Amino acid sequence: MAQDMRHPIESGCPDGFQYMHPSMRRNYGQWKYHEHPRPGVLLHVAHSGDKLWTVKCGTQRILDVFTLRKLTEIGDKFADGYIRFTIRSNVEYVITDETKVEPLIKALEDAGFVVGGTANSVAMISHTQGWLHCDIPGTDASGVVKSMMDELIEEFKNCNMPNRVHITTSCCQINCGGQGDIAINVQHTKPPKINHDLVANVCERPTVVARCPVAAIRPAMVNGKPSLEVDEKKCICCGACFPPCPPMQINDAEETKLAIWVGGNHSNARSKPTFQKLVAAGVPNNPPRWPEATAIVKRILKEYKEGAKDWERINDWIDRIGWPRFFEVTGLPFTKYHIDNWTGARNSLNASTHIRF
Amino acid sequence: MDKSKIHPTPMLDVLEDGPWPSFVSGFKRMRDEHPDSRINETINSLLGQLEHSYETRKGYWKGGTVSVFGYGGGIIPRFSEVGKAFPESKEFHTLRVQPAPGNYYTTDMLNQLADSWEKWGSGMVTFHGQTGNIMFIGTTTDNTQHFFDEINEYGWDLGGAGPCVRTAMSCVGAARCEQSCANEHGIQRHLVNTFTDDVHRPALPYKFKFKISGCPNDCQNSIERSDFSVIGTWRDEMKVDQAEVKAFIKAKGRDYVLDNVTSRCPTNCMTLNDDDTLDVDNHNCVRCMHCLNVMNKALSPGDDKGVTILIGGKRTLKIGDLMGTVVVPFMKLDTAEDYEKLVELASEIIDFFAENALEHERTGEMIERIGLVNFLEGIGVEVDPNMVSNPRQSSYVRMDGWDEEAEKWFARKAEQAAG
Repeated sequence: MAQDMRHPIESGCPDGFQYMHPSMRRNYGQWKYHEHPRPGVLLHVAHSGDKLWTVKCGTQRILDVFTLRKLTEIGDKFADGYIRFTIRSNVEYVITDETKVEPLIKALEDAGFVVGGTANSVAMISHTQGWLHCDIPGTDASGVVKSMMDELIEEFKNCNMPNRVHITTSCCQINCGGQGDIAINVQHTKPPKINHDLVANVCERPTVVARCPVAAIRPAMVNGKPSLEVDEKKCICCGACFPPCPPMQINDAEETKLAIWVGGNHSNARSKPTFQKLVAAGVPNNPPRWPEATAIVKRILKEYKEGAKDWERINDWIDRIGWPRFFEVTGLPFTKYHIDNWTGARNSLNASTHIRF
Repeated sequence: MDKSKIHPTPMLDVLEDGPWPSFVSGFKRMRDEHPDSRINETINSLLGQLEHSYETRKGYWKGGTVSVFGYGGGIIPRFSEVGKAFPESKEFHTLRVQPAPGNYYTTDMLNQLADSWEKWGSGMVTFHGQTGNIMFIGTTTDNTQHFFDEINEYGWDLGGAGPCVRTAMSCVGAARCEQSCANEHGIQRHLVNTFTDDVHRPALPYKFKFKISGCPNDCQNSIERSDFSVIGTWRDEMKVDQAEVKAFIKAKGRDYVLDNVTSRCPTNCMTLNDDDTLDVDNHNCVRCMHCLNVMNKALSPGDDKGVTILIGGKRTLKIGDLMGTVVVPFMKLDTAEDYEKLVELASEIIDFFAENALEHERTGEMIERIGLVNFLEGIGVEVDPNMVSNPRQSSYVRMDGWDEEAEKWFARKAEQAAG
């Protein structure tokens, strides 16, 4: 009975001030500068002279309540009872007493968390849902991130990169993971396999037709039933039809691959924000450890670390050395697939004699 | 739980090795050590299905329709396609809950949320999903309502899912960042809480996202990831503490400043003088933030702060990735009237989007289809050269309205000059 149901309180986004450390409330908008005493720790100094230390640590992101309570217990015992999460799902504690910094770090590390992720480090990998919970994933996210962070942990704990490195993952070509200095994204390589018996009952066919970016889908009668067909010569295997029409299965144990993209940068610092560019594809989707993808990421990071100047993000570094040299130093093949043919592709062609020798 | 019922997980077990914290170990603790057998069985079943995904390289969740009483969205329904083999997790819905701007919590509040969640759900939670919500992952249709009722009583509300105004996000902001030029928390709550109805009852052509960054470093990724991006900036002179400039040079050397500060300025507006002072051509500074990031103690934003608003950022589907476009180059956000203007602009844009976008078309895609000028006319915003990287290159355009348009420009200029 609807009248017996509880009506929601439409409170929306809550007021954050109730959850902020008193020093943050007191010095809101009044910070003067910050320093970076060691990896994983920031010191903010306010115009009032107040000092606030932040200790940042990485977690497994999908938290069980035991792990969550461990984090709050550490917060109660060693910090002042306040926790913030960064957009890359790191945990930040803030404290006003410098003598608490080292005990807090020790408590976090003893509990298995990883202190770091500040300044010129490889930050926590931006994370999507994957096989654990998504309805359309081509791969897992938690496993890919765990596998890569196991190998990149020293770069998270230290600040040895020319500038910060943001890595992202996405489990389908919608790319929930966003732009990154390095992005590891699903790339399907074959058109969807259609279960024609189910299409008429499950899919709103005009919606599916409209969803295709290249108009490769049209209604058709198959075996006497209304269904959909795909012009496989036009199909770009993006999987956009799969969410509105699950009988158009795009995921395949072998043909769903990973592609690696570099140079996405959200910041306006130096140059305008940039999108990531394709550098490698055909990478096997290989659980439980995805070693091939990790090897390419590590190779790119090694060359960036050695070749880039201070403060250059990956896109800045490649802008300076040029794409031919990027492919040369990383040993990655340059193929016809690297030359764009989508809307606006002409802007990506070299219409000059600017060539490095 | 009966040990013989434990699903073997040889592939997932491999992910317990290595130094980074393991989500698999976390799941297993819930399966083996949690006092509630319902949670033990649910997580065991979930691990079984996940192992099956690892073995077959396929996902096995499908969507559906689940909501709480009074709302149309906010839940991500998940029903298992292999529920016969893994029945205890055959319904495994996620609740999206809106956090405070900047993702601040007290430990007490996190513990309270954990108590509620282990009572009604799987006990697995993520802070936060890519849209910015707390993701309470895994509960049944019935318990979705119970959990929401409980946490809604102590101040938490669902976020958006589906074609609606989505949960917004802000950077750490003025609470702990010297670069912040805006009250991110106030902006986020003014914006998203004006559209609470549009958050809870999906009725737009597609999703609509607000993201707020306090400065052009855009830690919130708002230009590329939101339909309505608000970024703090300033329009007077940046502050230069010449004593700190000297201290920086003493510590790092002149070459470091030449190589990493002055020569990296995108508009060459910085000069390092022989006496170790720094001059800034503020008129040509584009507020990129690079020099402020490097010389954090010496250089600071100015006092005349406000925001830049960019519209139409989004990810790949359907026409490809789009960055937001400048629609408001600068706007003061000091008074209640200023905030009203901001909310009015957002209302205009959402109304125009609702009336003019095609189904499943984002704001940026709509602008791409109809042209920026049609969009600006639709929302009542005048053109401005800050909206383009360069003027048109193609002569293929009908321009018989030129004289009137030029007149409008001069009239606006005269109006601005008159104050």
